Amino acid sequence: MDKQLNGAQIVLQSLQDHGVEHIFGYPGGAVLPIYDEIFQQESIEHILVRHEQGATHAAEGYARSTGKCGVVLVTSGPGATNAVTGLTDALMDSIPMVCITGQVPTHLIGGDAFQEADTVGITRPCTKHNYLVKDINDLARIMHEAFQVATTGRPGPVVVDIPKDIQFALGPYMKPKAVKHKSYQPQLKGDMAAIKQAVELIANAKKPIFYTGGGIINSGPQASQLLREFVKLTGFPITSTLMGLGSYPSADKQWLGMLGMHGTYEANWAMHDCDVMINIGARFDDRITGTLDKFAPNSKKIHVDIDPSSINKNVMVDVAIVGDCAHVLEDMLRVYKSDAVTPDKKALASWWEEIEGWRDRKCLAYKKDAKAIKPQYAVERLYELTKDADTYITTEVGQHQMWAAQYYRFEDPNRWMTSGGLGTMGYGIPAAVGVQVAHPKSLVIDIAGEASVQMTMQEISTAVQYRLPIKIFILNNEYMGMVRQWQELLHGGRYSSSYSEALPDFVKLAEAYGATGIRAETAAELDDAIKRMIDTPGPVIFDCIVTKDENCFPMIPSGAAHNEMLLADSEGLDIEVSDAGKALV
Amino acid sequence: MSAENQIERHTLSVLVDNEAGVLARVIGLFSGRGYNIDSLTVAEVDDQEHMSRITIVTLGTPPMIEQIKAQLGRLVPVHRVVDLTVECESVERELALVKVAGKGDARVEALRMSEAFRARVVDATPDSFVFEITGNTEKIDAFIGLMKPLGLREVSRTGAAAISRGPEAM
Ligand SMILES: Cc1ncc(C[n+]2csc(CCOP(=O)(O)OP(=O)(O)O)c2C)c(N)n1
Ligand SMILES: [Mg+2]
Repeated sequence: MDKQLNGAQIVLQSLQDHGVEHIFGYPGGAVLPIYDEIFQQESIEHILVRHEQGATHAAEGYARSTGKCGVVLVTSGPGATNAVTGLTDALMDSIPMVCITGQVPTHLIGGDAFQEADTVGITRPCTKHNYLVKDINDLARIMHEAFQVATTGRPGPVVVDIPKDIQFALGPYMKPKAVKHKSYQPQLKGDMAAIKQAVELIANAKKPIFYTGGGIINSGPQASQLLREFVKLTGFPITSTLMGLGSYPSADKQWLGMLGMHGTYEANWAMHDCDVMINIGARFDDRITGTLDKFAPNSKKIHVDIDPSSINKNVMVDVAIVGDCAHVLEDMLRVYKSDAVTPDKKALASWWEEIEGWRDRKCLAYKKDAKAIKPQYAVERLYELTKDADTYITTEVGQHQMWAAQYYRFEDPNRWMTSGGLGTMGYGIPAAVGVQVAHPKSLVIDIAGEASVQMTMQEISTAVQYRLPIKIFILNNEYMGMVRQWQELLHGGRYSSSYSEALPDFVKLAEAYGATGIRAETAAELDDAIKRMIDTPGPVIFDCIVTKDENCFPMIPSGAAHNEMLLADSEGLDIEVSDAGKALV
Repeated sequence: MSAENQIERHTLSVLVDNEAGVLARVIGLFSGRGYNIDSLTVAEVDDQEHMSRITIVTLGTPPMIEQIKAQLGRLVPVHRVVDLTVECESVERELALVKVAGKGDARVEALRMSEAFRARVVDATPDSFVFEITGNTEKIDAFIGLMKPLGLREVSRTGAAAISRGPEAM
């Protein structure tokens, strides 16, 4: 006979059995039995956030920087609805997360009880899967399944909604076994015939490019290693999406930088002109492709993705390989080596010559300012002064996020946490909290915007409480800069509601929270101020006053193609954006 | 128009765990991603394994149908998805209950037509019939069309149930 535990104990026991060390949460009536169990044990540390959205982003930061599953615990009703943004964010960016929500007792469900919400109904479209536990006998199995579903295949968030009576009820507990789920069995190994076909395309490529994404990071460090080996072996150029930064070292000369809407000139032109595109773990997102009918028009496309629904969703490909990036890369490498493939050296040399021509355009160059701090300069200096430390970067959403992606340089995976798919302002501070919990000794910096940080600023209090020395580096341009930029380009410079009016004094705000505030207003004082930030043992809010009207370039305007990029020194800004383009986001 | 963007009608058969919310997942997927549902039929088909079979008739271009299949396959409780329109020979049946009210010649004509269509009378009053008819969707459409001028009052249809021909199971 299995051991009998109550529901709350089953939850805690299963968390322990899945190796959970930290959970991010916020209490309330419908989860009190679970909180009571947390109180009575020591192996799992609970991090009390200040808003349930913060718990979800913290869990995302924790997951993305460790490769482990992030765990969230919130109460019913408003606790669950507050978690919806982070669940959606995790779904879009394929982040493994288990979110436990309290629910009103079973017999009250459906009666509009106090703090009742149809949590499984609300979260059905924003989770990979969800469960309402109606029988204590199912709880242990569901907890184990939740971890399996969240962490395997294409990772994602899973909600387990547990009514309060179930948390008190007695039931059996059995250990997680390698139970084979009846219907859920993601495919890890790629089809060998397709892999051989891919290698043949690669072998005959004249203008190849690797286009990689977050799938490499999700697959684990081994995928990055294999990718590096393969890229080196072929001598091909490589670019990556926002989500994939760090899977290939940016210091390497085969690295072209990020591609897409704010990607580099060389990466986007190489994508446009390539004859063989090797997409590994990316999903042809609209930020990447630009207008589809002009996307890499003369290319054969290989697509490796663990999610079969990503294949041919936006872009039709020539060779589709469903499988885990590391597994497929391993097989590809093996075939490549055993076929003794030698790339067409001559073709490759002239391809690189073309690429160097684009690189010479120096698309990330910007006009320096002797006195004021340019936002690009601020990120460059931040990079120079932190690159030798054990650094993790999170961001908010906006221009600063793109400047961080362009000017901060990543050599390793799991060092870069950003909200890509959903573009959630307010992601950065709680994500930094989560990263710092996982890496207490590391330097964790949120490259932020003054508007975004105000969405989840309260999490600085969490950082103070748990002595998490996160650094919030605000590129304060007094605008919702990215909105202002689009208004400048597309709406005649009518800056409707995009000025950051009535800003708090961030230095005083930091002090009010018990953190340290630092401000830099001139280029001359920037380095010293950054050094002070790094040397401060506790959390810091750094108010970096930057030039206000800077635009983020390069840029592919909506509705345009990769070879129609705007550069900082493009003549004026009177670009033609089609009406169809204007309607895009 | 190329075959790529020709709208086609496909019948998908989806084997799922019969658990709470599974139908909501399937329907939510269709509405959330803007796919069409022409008809949808669901019932438990294996009470030992608690499996249900959902038959969905949908409209879309071939790439859209492929995408629908892949999205359905991604749902955790979904065991299998088969496109009965392209992957095998199949039979498709729908049941309809058709109420027709009328007197005199119209009533006689309705009854005569029902015999031609092998519909059954399952309810009769001096001035109405309820016919039960099974067949493929076109046959039922045709029958209902014929009943319109003969006093058609209301229709209840099940939507299509479909299965592959031959000895193989999905
Ligand atoms: C929650 C949320 N609301 C609205 C938006 C739309 N949005 C995208 S960027 C942006 C402005 C961000 O301003 P700030 O944080 O100051 O960053 P900046 O662009 O100035 O660097 C807005 C409002 C969003 N991405 N997320
Ligand atoms: Mg700003």
